[in-house]
Amino acid sequence: MITTSRPSRRFLAALAVTATVALTACSAPGADESTTSDQAAGDVSTELTDKDVTLNLYLETGFPIVEELSKEFTRQNPNITFKIRSDQFAALTENAPRVMASDDAPDLIRLPTIADSASDGLLLNLDPYYEAYGWDQFPASQLEQMRVDDEGSRGSGSLYALGVGYSVTGVYYNKEIAAEIGMDEPPTTIDELEDDMAAAKAAGEQPIMQFNDIGGAAFPFQALLNQYSDPADVSDWIFQKPGATIDTDAAVEAATHLADWADKGYFTDDVNSLDYTNMVGRFAKGEGLFMFDGDWESANLDKSMGDKVGFFLMPTEEEGGEPVAMGAPNTYVVPAKAAHPDEIAYFLNWLHTDEKARQIIVDDSGAAPGGPASLPVPEVPETSLTHQTLAAAATIGESGVLTDFVANATSGIYADGIRPELQSLLDGRISPEDAVKGIQDEYESELGS
Amino acid sequence: MTLTHQEAGRTPERPASAPRARRGRRSRRRWAHLVYVAPALLMYGFFVLKPLVTSVQYSLYDWNGIGPATWVGLDNYRRVLTDPDQLSIVGHAFELIIFFTAVPVFLGLVAAALMHGLPQGSFSTVARTVLFIPQVIPLVAAGIVWDWVYSSDGIANQLLSAVGLGGVTRPWLADFSAALPAVGLIGSWVMLGLCTLLLLTGINKIDPSLYEAARIDGANRFREFVHITLPGLRREIGVCVTVTMIAALASFDIIYISTQGGPGRSTMVPGVEIYRLAFTQREIGQASAMAVILMVLVLVTIVPIQRLTQRSDA
Repeated sequence: MITTSRPSRRFLAALAVTATVALTACSAPGADESTTSDQAAGDVSTELTDKDVTLNLYLETGFPIVEELSKEFTRQNPNITFKIRSDQFAALTENAPRVMASDDAPDLIRLPTIADSASDGLLLNLDPYYEAYGWDQFPASQLEQMRVDDEGSRGSGSLYALGVGYSVTGVYYNKEIAAEIGMDEPPTTIDELEDDMAAAKAAGEQPIMQFNDIGGAAFPFQALLNQYSDPADVSDWIFQKPGATIDTDAAVEAATHLADWADKGYFTDDVNSLDYTNMVGRFAKGEGLFMFDGDWESANLDKSMGDKVGFFLMPTEEEGGEPVAMGAPNTYVVPAKAAHPDEIAYFLNWLHTDEKARQIIVDDSGAAPGGPASLPVPEVPETSLTHQTLAAAATIGESGVLTDFVANATSGIYADGIRPELQSLLDGRISPEDAVKGIQDEYESELGS
Repeated sequence: MTLTHQEAGRTPERPASAPRARRGRRSRRRWAHLVYVAPALLMYGFFVLKPLVTSVQYSLYDWNGIGPATWVGLDNYRRVLTDPDQLSIVGHAFELIIFFTAVPVFLGLVAAALMHGLPQGSFSTVARTVLFIPQVIPLVAAGIVWDWVYSSDGIANQLLSAVGLGGVTRPWLADFSAALPAVGLIGSWVMLGLCTLLLLTGINKIDPSLYEAARIDGANRFREFVHITLPGLRREIGVCVTVTMIAALASFDIIYISTQGGPGRSTMVPGVEIYRLAFTQREIGQASAMAVILMVLVLVTIVPIQRLTQRSDA
């Protein structure tokens, strides 16, 4: 028995060793540095083909807006049809780089973080289309977040994505609780906001309904940070400008307010395990005076709460200050390997400028449609919540500042920096100084590696 | 063992032949074995050995999975082994062993010993089924259900309030000190059925005359358990401990679904961290290094247990 078993064991070992040698002898994994994706500039067409073309889209499950738009597009241009594949957000963002690198890359992908993929040469540079279609008529701030420069910093450089709906965040409030505590008007300063929270707490109501199982306290945190610091500094940090830091007095002040709210019981006791869906569900059922969230929820809350809900932009520190909101386009990119770049660029231009398309975006997502500043914003009923969120977006567009989400700064900052630090902060385990420093440390370790 | 047995069985069919010819046949048969195992071996090589080797290779590079990779030698390992955050993650995995291994093996022994004495019938069938069901439920579904059980107004808190323990109720998975034990208990619940069933079959293999002899000698049920059942189950206990320890050290699904490693980093385990490094942060090199370290850890803990419990002189 021993003699028979030995050769196979030896054989196995030999196999393993051979495999190891064969594989480690191979070159380093990954693409060669020489691969480039730059295409000849100016070599683009703004005429839609009259041939039959099928465009492949890779979208996010639960957000059917692009699908709705594609149906309308086919109605207007019957020779263009769409093939759509959808995945949950997490799966989508994790698969996207490999899907784009493959030979049958789709023509359009929903992709929230674009800097890494742009640096890896996976994304089509949209600058030629920007020139050809005259996207310089769009407000510059609308496209800023979707530019990536040669060093991989966002905020300037070439255009690599476009938005389908441009979202803005703020605070939803329950009008019934507001009436109960004598809050007749939305607060105009942070002090007033905190007074309302205190009044709600005293009246036995939940002041804030906020999810933080994956770091949703970043909404109120950044809402405060935007007011206390120069928004340009926040943007620099998000865009990975050299030397940018979030370890500032303003961020400590924002974190201090957040910790104070937690200490006073303004958040639910299960805030650190409360997920997004449950947060919206409980708020819609009437639990919680305030909820820090974005305009994408407005159509939904309109249906579930009717006239019992309102929306306001995060109040400023001093009355009459310049409003600052965080918001971001729902970004869509064209892979460098896309088979039909001209057609998909036509589609992207169409959904920013066609009247019907813009109406679909507003009705379905509650977000502003973007596009040239000269085009009118589609009409919505004046009593609706979406009307309020669109008005807020217009205020920001005309006289305010929009910053991207701090969670978009690096691919891991939300899960490995913001989430654990803010969870610990709300639990009273770490000081505001440590929380802010912890986020900065994670940021540096990610950028450094 | 099986082989010698077969040889012996076949000898009569083959009348005495020259020793030389026999050896020739033997060696031919030896290679014939390889033909039979070749398909499995190829699959094993392709799906187990190759990924293993590539992981080791990746762990020596700084690579985001798409772009060019840079050789960094052992830097990835150094980072994992010197970062206190990463080390605490490994610590959590070992804490989980209490819940994945100690609790289910102990309770499994008790349950098996109690059920052993029961007459075959509907009660013992129901008991076995109830204990084994968690093994059949996908861990993702289990994670979601336990998420509800542990929520502020979930069953766990309702039960505690009902028996007058309203003071200890809390949102279990949101609580820094309670989250890891809470998640661990999900593991205990899953593993208990497997352990009980394994141990129960083990008990049924123990020679009944030993129990009879013990009873004649005046041993009570506890003494029977300590002196007959436990030693007789040594191998089965070894299997239980091995399987559950690997489940504890390599745990992923339960944690990923219920807490994602939170609150803070209080329930982060190597499995989730590897996934996060590879797919969220796109640090393929560091993720691979962590995976290799995890594999070594599993081997280091499992091999002594195997040696201890599977000795052939038992």
